[in-house]
Amino acid sequence: MANGSKQIVDFAKIKATMADPYKHPVQVIDREGTVVDPEIFAKYSDDQLVDFMKKMVWERTLHEQTMNFSRQGRLGFYAPTAGEEASEMGSVTAFKEQDFLLPAYRDLPQMIQHGTTVAKGFLWSKGHVEGSQHPNPNMIFPQIIIGAQYVETAGVALGIKKNKDEDRVAFAYTGDGGTSQGDWYEGVNFASAFQAPAVFFVQNNGWAISVPRYKQTAAETLAQKAVAMGVPSVQVDGMDIVAVHEVAKAARDFAVAGNGPVVIETLTYRYGAHSSAGDDPSRYRTKEEEKPWFDADPLIRLRKVLTDKGVWSQDQEDKLVADYKDDFKQAMKEAEAAPAQKVSDFLKWTYNVPTPAVKKQIAEFEAKESK
Amino acid sequence: MAKMTYIKAITSGLDQVLNDDPKTLIFGEDVGKNGGVFRTTVGLQDKYGEDRVFDTPLAESGILGLAIGLSLTGWRPIPEIQFMGFTFEAMDGIVGQLARDHYRFGGQKNFPVTVRTPFGGGTHTAEMHADNLENYFTSTPGLRVVTPANPYDAKGMIISAVESDDPVLFMENLKLYRSMKAEVPDEKYTVPLDSAKVVREGTDITIVAYSAEVNESLKAADALAKDNISAEVIDLRSLSPIDTETIFASIDKTHKVVIVQEAQRMAGVGATVAADIAEEKIMSLDAPIGRVAAPDSVYPFAQAENDWIPNADDVEAKAREIFNY
Repeated sequence: MANGSKQIVDFAKIKATMADPYKHPVQVIDREGTVVDPEIFAKYSDDQLVDFMKKMVWERTLHEQTMNFSRQGRLGFYAPTAGEEASEMGSVTAFKEQDFLLPAYRDLPQMIQHGTTVAKGFLWSKGHVEGSQHPNPNMIFPQIIIGAQYVETAGVALGIKKNKDEDRVAFAYTGDGGTSQGDWYEGVNFASAFQAPAVFFVQNNGWAISVPRYKQTAAETLAQKAVAMGVPSVQVDGMDIVAVHEVAKAARDFAVAGNGPVVIETLTYRYGAHSSAGDDPSRYRTKEEEKPWFDADPLIRLRKVLTDKGVWSQDQEDKLVADYKDDFKQAMKEAEAAPAQKVSDFLKWTYNVPTPAVKKQIAEFEAKESK
Repeated sequence: MAKMTYIKAITSGLDQVLNDDPKTLIFGEDVGKNGGVFRTTVGLQDKYGEDRVFDTPLAESGILGLAIGLSLTGWRPIPEIQFMGFTFEAMDGIVGQLARDHYRFGGQKNFPVTVRTPFGGGTHTAEMHADNLENYFTSTPGLRVVTPANPYDAKGMIISAVESDDPVLFMENLKLYRSMKAEVPDEKYTVPLDSAKVVREGTDITIVAYSAEVNESLKAADALAKDNISAEVIDLRSLSPIDTETIFASIDKTHKVVIVQEAQRMAGVGATVAADIAEEKIMSLDAPIGRVAAPDSVYPFAQAENDWIPNADDVEAKAREIFNY
């Protein structure tokens, strides 16, 4: 060993400080319902705030109603969304109709807000092709292969740039587990390399089915992963809809201006199971862990702010919940009335021009189906 | 008309589609300034600009994601995967996503992507570069898999592939790139993506092959001719779908068939062809179906390639066995 204590590089210090820029997640309204950033808060009119509240009540009611439908066996795979209302509604409302949405499976509420119908969402869950055919063509189906939507987002964003669409971006969602996928890095890096207009959301809800966030990576935040790709990123209180919306809007503005992509980590929580297909969170997490998150509920805090302002009441909310429930029941009836799917149609959609073998199979199935 | 190598014929076809359709894009690793590691895209970036012909970061899954996303915004992507062995990194992109996407949208959106990739043995490449991986892709509904065996087809088929609204995996044979020249028209022409071709007519036995094995089969046919055995050689050209009509018509004439592939025998294209023949034409055969394929080992280390890849002698021997049955 050489004498002296000078180190050529202090890895311990680098490791201890690398998350420093992310020490304070962006917040406008804290968990007690106190406005902590009055300057940003002042940008929002009462009408806008009430609209946020309505959207969150809508999403919470959708969640509850879909859980009922699932118990009744009227839905297929469905990923519960309770707890993530601020993260989902706050972000999607920052985008325009022409923006291209690449969702994952927990993002049906954003798809509906972005221009499809509740019935289409239910049809997707039930496993019906009409659930992937949307009135607003600027979205794909919820991606099941985690990460695939991220590499595709880079492509959509590059296509937007090449088309010289000046007021258009691609935006995508994944969860905390999604940031471990190779495609996550490839997608963010490709969008960065091409300086393409993309906004990438990581809804860090604490859990990838049963695997907690801390087991995904030793990185203190998921947002900081973007730094390696030369992409600016931020952590935001995902239970604060005003903060999420403000950050999402800033990200869209940044991307539209030609500055390349942005990564946003929303700190949120999955109140329920991973999916309606038999996952039981009591196998892997405790009530003690859940409680502080339930207390941080995004509806509770905005409800308090609005009630204090005198622009929101429990009666009003109860009436909304009842209306939304009726809407969802109606949407389910609509979904249940969709025509039965035909294998011959599946075969027709496999290629633009059916191959000889497929042509033969179409004829076979059409004969069966006409009986 | 000029004599062109297989690789020049592909370059000429790519030049044609870039010229004809401003929505076509070529991208991948090293395809820009360098013109590809084999020079297949050489000169195209200079001619059409970096917006149309561009390098990507080194990540195959990202390249496929790019292709799918560009399709969603109205482009006609022609990504290159530098070697077919690298398609494993893009397996979800090609098989999990691209091939299914037209179906998933119930036919509402098209994904007119042509994935070009070099494959095939005999050029002593590094490990994982020369594999014959076609069977992974020919079992994928929604994806067309084609491979030309000569310069004329190479140009005509790359143009058809790009013009097709279906995703196409366009496999380019490494050994053929510079080993053969043929007359190739300068002007635009197309070769269909779903038809086999009788490349040598004969009456005694049918040899079905594709890619570099077509040449081996033609050599075998020459040798057989010396003993007055007249072999008909069919170039499949399309591995998915397989043009069974052309094969069946030939079998009705010869009543004997040998199927040749460079890939390992297990679960290969040859097995599919054999099954199709067995289903439809078994009563027309007067000998068992013969198969020539590489043995079922992992693709060999470069020095042993020539002992492993089926050659004209192997094809000739199998053809004699079936002919004399």
